[in-house]
Amino acid sequence: MKVSREELLHIAKLADLDLKEEEIDTYLNNLQDILNFANIVNEAPVQGLGETFGANDNCNVFRKDEVKVFEDNASLLSNAPESERNMFKIPKVIQ
Amino acid sequence: MEITELTVHELQDKLKKKEITLPEITKAYAKRIEEKEKDVQAFLTILAEDAEKQSTEIQQKVDKGEEIGSLAGIPIGIKDNICTKGIKTTCASKMLENFVSPYDATVMEKIKAEGMITLGKLNMDEFAMGASTEYSAFQKTRNPWNLNAVPGGSSGGSAAAVAADLVPWALGSDTGGSIRQPASFCGVVGLKPTYGLVSRYGLVAFASSLDQIGPITKDVEDCAMLLNVITGHDEKDTTSENREKVDYTKAIRNDVKGMRIGIPKEYFGEGIDKEVKEALEKAIQTYQELGATVEECSLDIANYALATYYIIACAEASSNLGRFDGIRYGYRTPNYNNLKELYRHSRSEGFGAEVKRRIILGTYVLSSGYYDAYYKKAQQVRTLVKKEFEEAFQKYDFLLTPTAPNVAFEIGTKSNNPLEMYLADICTVSVNIAGLPGISIPCGVNSKQMPIGMQLIGPKFSEETLLQAAYTFEQKIEFRKKYRPEFKK
Repeated sequence: MKVSREELLHIAKLADLDLKEEEIDTYLNNLQDILNFANIVNEAPVQGLGETFGANDNCNVFRKDEVKVFEDNASLLSNAPESERNMFKIPKVIQ
Repeated sequence: MEITELTVHELQDKLKKKEITLPEITKAYAKRIEEKEKDVQAFLTILAEDAEKQSTEIQQKVDKGEEIGSLAGIPIGIKDNICTKGIKTTCASKMLENFVSPYDATVMEKIKAEGMITLGKLNMDEFAMGASTEYSAFQKTRNPWNLNAVPGGSSGGSAAAVAADLVPWALGSDTGGSIRQPASFCGVVGLKPTYGLVSRYGLVAFASSLDQIGPITKDVEDCAMLLNVITGHDEKDTTSENREKVDYTKAIRNDVKGMRIGIPKEYFGEGIDKEVKEALEKAIQTYQELGATVEECSLDIANYALATYYIIACAEASSNLGRFDGIRYGYRTPNYNNLKELYRHSRSEGFGAEVKRRIILGTYVLSSGYYDAYYKKAQQVRTLVKKEFEEAFQKYDFLLTPTAPNVAFEIGTKSNNPLEMYLADICTVSVNIAGLPGISIPCGVNSKQMPIGMQLIGPKFSEETLLQAAYTFEQKIEFRKKYRPEFKK
């Protein structure tokens, strides 16, 4: 499948990435090369086979829903690029 | 022999006989790091000073006659994508350059419970995406056997540090070969455990259905010992398996008589270096001489598996790396006018090129219109890969293949060609896709004295068989006695 420049930019937007003008051709070529290679999955003899989503078959693993308090708020907030009054700070979202 | 050349079980022997003390061990490593780290550049954080202090405290307990565990005071190196409380965990990314984890990964809790000491955090490809450690945002780690060659990746810092005697052993993580391939390139032992055997809690997620933490060690016995420490069910990782605890050191037995080994011919064909092939053929012969039954078989999935791997791994990565948005932790751009720009610019400036490439590929294969052609198909191929392995294991106890098609390549030769770099994983990815265990052990060197790795792949939870077979081979060829890294410039 051939990927167009517009498609690449659309995908980048979905992934919340900005591509610089000078990077676009490189990413486009890389993506095309990798997809050309990845196309081989369409030749695999998989008729009648189901899909496998995980490496083991566990599903719906339950445990008791118990509150465990994490005391060290300071260590969480110390990783935040910006914080104020024990909260993460973000730019204004409501105009 | 220098202290840093000893395996951990050899250190334990000497400690028991009171021939050495714990502070002598940490001091020896501090000195070795001081001498060799400038050449190898395996560490992102060095904690040698702190390690010395801790070892002195533990030694005081020993001197007072207090009971301590058999691994107390033994140092270890940790790949920098495993969360360590109070110590930076960067994933070798500008995105997490200043990230200090507020908690320990489950494997770190287990290591600390044994009284082991963290000697430092080790370099890797950014977010574990790569096969050479060249994609680290901070530095290029060098292969101790030839400083112009890569150590492999993504756990290149861990493998290089073990090979260069900068740490006695290390933890790595393996999503498509990231423990086994660098172990092969650096002439050490690397085990990727069965999916679910080791808790992933606190391992920064790359591809959650493939990732697994495992040991990188100087020899097979150390590998079994470290595996003993890190395995076990964990409520915090719902994919971890609830199984009875096994003592893997019991598998350290010199005997492969009667074991049935399958040799998948597809792993010895086109694209496999001649000298690698020759070394593997010799290894096969050794197993025969040791009393194992060897038979050629077919496992025609390598190419499908590699394509499937990149589809699944990138799809999962594109989702897992969505959390890096510059709000709660990680890099935040100074250039934004609104929230949307903050997200986009932080991600675009914080991630390196390979990470962005994989996020884009992953987003593409999951996007509407391409989901069926790529992602869905890849999940079906995953079923095929599992089925092919299951059939093979009805006849064989384990399969034997090269770990990588080549020995360590020169720095800079593949970093600009992503697809070629991906091909470095061709022998290892199918193991992750099927959730199987795989071990890489050195089986010889090529004409330039670069180590060659052999991979043994077994059915789920067959770690004991793999360790026993690897140990028996290791005792026979005595790789460590014959070859040492020379730090060639």
